[in-house]
Amino acid sequence: MADVAVERNSAAPVPKVRKRGGLRTALKRKSTAAFLMTLPLILLISLLVIYPAFYSLHLATLNKSMQRFVGLGNFQFLFTRETFWLVVQQSCIFAITAVIFKALIGFVVAHFVHNIPAKGQRKWRGMLLVPWVIPPAMSTLAWLWLFDPSYSAFNYLLAGVGVDRIPWTGETGWARFSVILVNIWVGAPFFMIMYLASLKSVPDQLYEAAAIDGANWWQRIWYVTLPMMRNIIAITTLFSLIVTFANFDIVRILTAGGPLDRTHIFATWAFRIGIEGGDIPLGASVSLFMIPILAIAAVFILRDINKRGNEA
Amino acid sequence: MTSTAVIDKSAPTRTVKLRSMSRDRTWALRWSYFFLTLFAIFALIPPLYMLITSLKTSAEISAATNPWWVYHPTLSNYVELLTSNQFLTFFRNSALVSIFVVTITMLISVPAAFALARMRFWGSATLATGVFLTYLIPETLLFLPLFKMFVVFGDMTGIQLINKWYVLLIVYPTLTVPFCTWIMIGYFASIPKELDEAAIIDGASWFQTLTRIFIPVALPGLIAATIFAFTVSWAQFLYPLVFTTSTDQLVLPVGIITTLIKGDVFAWGQIMTGALLGAAPPLIIYAFLMDYYIAGLTAGATKG
Repeated sequence: MADVAVERNSAAPVPKVRKRGGLRTALKRKSTAAFLMTLPLILLISLLVIYPAFYSLHLATLNKSMQRFVGLGNFQFLFTRETFWLVVQQSCIFAITAVIFKALIGFVVAHFVHNIPAKGQRKWRGMLLVPWVIPPAMSTLAWLWLFDPSYSAFNYLLAGVGVDRIPWTGETGWARFSVILVNIWVGAPFFMIMYLASLKSVPDQLYEAAAIDGANWWQRIWYVTLPMMRNIIAITTLFSLIVTFANFDIVRILTAGGPLDRTHIFATWAFRIGIEGGDIPLGASVSLFMIPILAIAAVFILRDINKRGNEA
Repeated sequence: MTSTAVIDKSAPTRTVKLRSMSRDRTWALRWSYFFLTLFAIFALIPPLYMLITSLKTSAEISAATNPWWVYHPTLSNYVELLTSNQFLTFFRNSALVSIFVVTITMLISVPAAFALARMRFWGSATLATGVFLTYLIPETLLFLPLFKMFVVFGDMTGIQLINKWYVLLIVYPTLTVPFCTWIMIGYFASIPKELDEAAIIDGASWFQTLTRIFIPVALPGLIAATIFAFTVSWAQFLYPLVFTTSTDQLVLPVGIITTLIKGDVFAWGQIMTGALLGAAPPLIIYAFLMDYYIAGLTAGATKG
């Protein structure tokens, strides 16, 4: 509501441009045109994003045949299932570990790329971004084949140095490691590109000043690079946390949740229950557990947008 | 890490500062190249291994030879897939879906971005923020309610959308439109106001201002958004897996996974060939339009 007042005020000076046309008709025509131009967008978002989001809240309160209202029955049922707590645990392990390593690797690699002469950077950047460009479903297939129980090309190399064959996707610990590894492989290049763009925007004078003050490499990173990159690090991490938390393709293709549901995360388990198991309400209840992380992210991002708005 | 350790070792020799500094730089550079090579190997192993496997016969794949080398290269996997009607259907479905989705996305998001960037109206700022937040809602939260919605819609109107490839034209825009609108707002907002004011003084309508001024000037942004929309719709896996099941309605990623994986070890040559062909269109676009691709990638966080 506060918005309305602000918008009216800021809209007032605009009609200066149309000197001939009446102020009122100009405003009217402009806002009608603007509304019509945004109408498809509004319809799309409200019908296919906002409505389903609330519909899923409604679905979560129904029984399996979707004819009876059961209130919080689905959630009560979930809380008694051991698998549910495994999924919660694995989703957190998966998302947090993967995001930390993606951010670290992205940061380190961005520095290496930034370090080399400018004319070679394009080539390296081009190669290093390839994992992000390939559709994840396709590259995960390559990983699945690299992890194959009997023909694993990694195990072939390891056998060469005398290491036993590793059950990459067959054993809980290794399967969890594998899904995280593939996720890092896909996501680290994104961090690298974001950090590289932001490294390039740090003015050289700051480093020169730090060098004159006798700062060593670590102090230069801690007192110059990190504060200058703080915003981009925060937003990239937040964004990646959401995407990783909601990941589906990698886990689905690599392990399909196995062995014994140990690598299921919210999305893959919701798919297993809702589509494969035919219990849409229970599946919807599972996927609703992704909302808290989304809400936290939304609050931070809104705050950031408001801050930027005030600065401008 | 190691590169900097080297710097510290030679740091005390202050008297020959110039020489030691250039030596430090050389070493830092060598270490950078060394680690970059390691990371590049890590990044390129899966696609390279796809290529290696795709050139092998089933017999060679199941043989106990070195998996990292092709002893008898053959194109038979490519020939087989590219002459199989099923695979060509997947490819056609993917291409149709992506092209239509890109068109729909641009038709929705460009006018909307123009209105939100230039024609401030009641609630426009809120709407712009809302668009960005919508982009953050993952598809994994929406696939079950959407599935149920389409089932109910089918029961009510008799129009069955489930298991038809064109249902994807309805759901994919929810993934592409918010982000494309968001980056187009950023590009449009960076165009100087004087430009469109001049156009309007010369008697141009809002529509003409958009098509004659904004679209040509913001063309790099438009290309970046188009690439984004294309790669997202080409790579999407969850929605087609949920909404389509008959083999003649599948798109490429789902088609490869559901039809080529039969629990048969020796189909890996074809699976890798299919995966490589499925990865080819985004890779080709990336190879030729890398700068636009990266601009689109970084625009989301740096603009607006």
